[in-house]
Amino acid sequence: METIVQNIQGVPLNHYILFCSIIFTIGVMGVLIRRNVIIIMMSVELMLNSVNLLLTAFSVHHGDAAGQVFVFFIMALAAAEVAVGLAIIVMVYRNTRSVDINALNRLRG
Amino acid sequence: MSVFYFVAFLSIFFALMTIFTKNPVHSVLYLVITFFTFTVHYILLNAQFLAVVNFIVYMGAIMVLFLFVLMLLNLNKDTEPLKSNLVKFMGVIAGMCLLVTLAASFRLLQISDPVVLKNPDIGLVSNLGKVLFSDFLLPFEISSILLLTAMVGAVLLAKNDPKKV
Repeated sequence: METIVQNIQGVPLNHYILFCSIIFTIGVMGVLIRRNVIIIMMSVELMLNSVNLLLTAFSVHHGDAAGQVFVFFIMALAAAEVAVGLAIIVMVYRNTRSVDINALNRLRG
Repeated sequence: MSVFYFVAFLSIFFALMTIFTKNPVHSVLYLVITFFTFTVHYILLNAQFLAVVNFIVYMGAIMVLFLFVLMLLNLNKDTEPLKSNLVKFMGVIAGMCLLVTLAASFRLLQISDPVVLKNPDIGLVSNLGKVLFSDFLLPFEISSILLLTAMVGAVLLAKNDPKKV
């Protein structure tokens, strides 16, 4: 365990922030360029995960356990969100026979 | 130290593969690998509890749920709706603009202290459990209500309505 812990010593916090920004941006790009609703939800998961990792990095950096508890709550919330979201996708697919996000255009009044 | 950069490169590579692969099933599998690299990041930060939870909840439960829905709807490369190349190009440009803005604003902050484990025991299960059940007891109980609501809602939404058909 000591060698693993020593591995992380010395990585600047800036690099963690930059890395998490890149992953978050990839999630945003995934939302923008895909039309499959399931892949859009996967991109949202990617964004949530980047924020989780950044919270953990700051929590370790400041020596405060509250950040990691928040990450735990975010994971529980993500599980609930995925369950409801996928149920909605299944229902939309049953009505329109497609997972295209444009099929939801008819929701407007 | 170099382990972090190697794993970060792998994370970015597989995240890019996730959003650029045509086949949705391959996309889910690349996302599983991405989450595995995130688990490695948690282990590097010595956040062992979060590493285990990430491994079980994200890679185990959520990704299997995604894969199950993909298989249930019988999606593959042929049924995949695609956006035009112009929209894709504009999406990538917009994402790059966001990244440049974020990077420039974070550069002004001038945080460059190395990440040092002040208290190596902070991410262990016993320590997090003490914090969770003393300071965060009420949010913990409320999150159980959230999960129950989500479960009822998911069953209600996905259930076939016999009266309608």
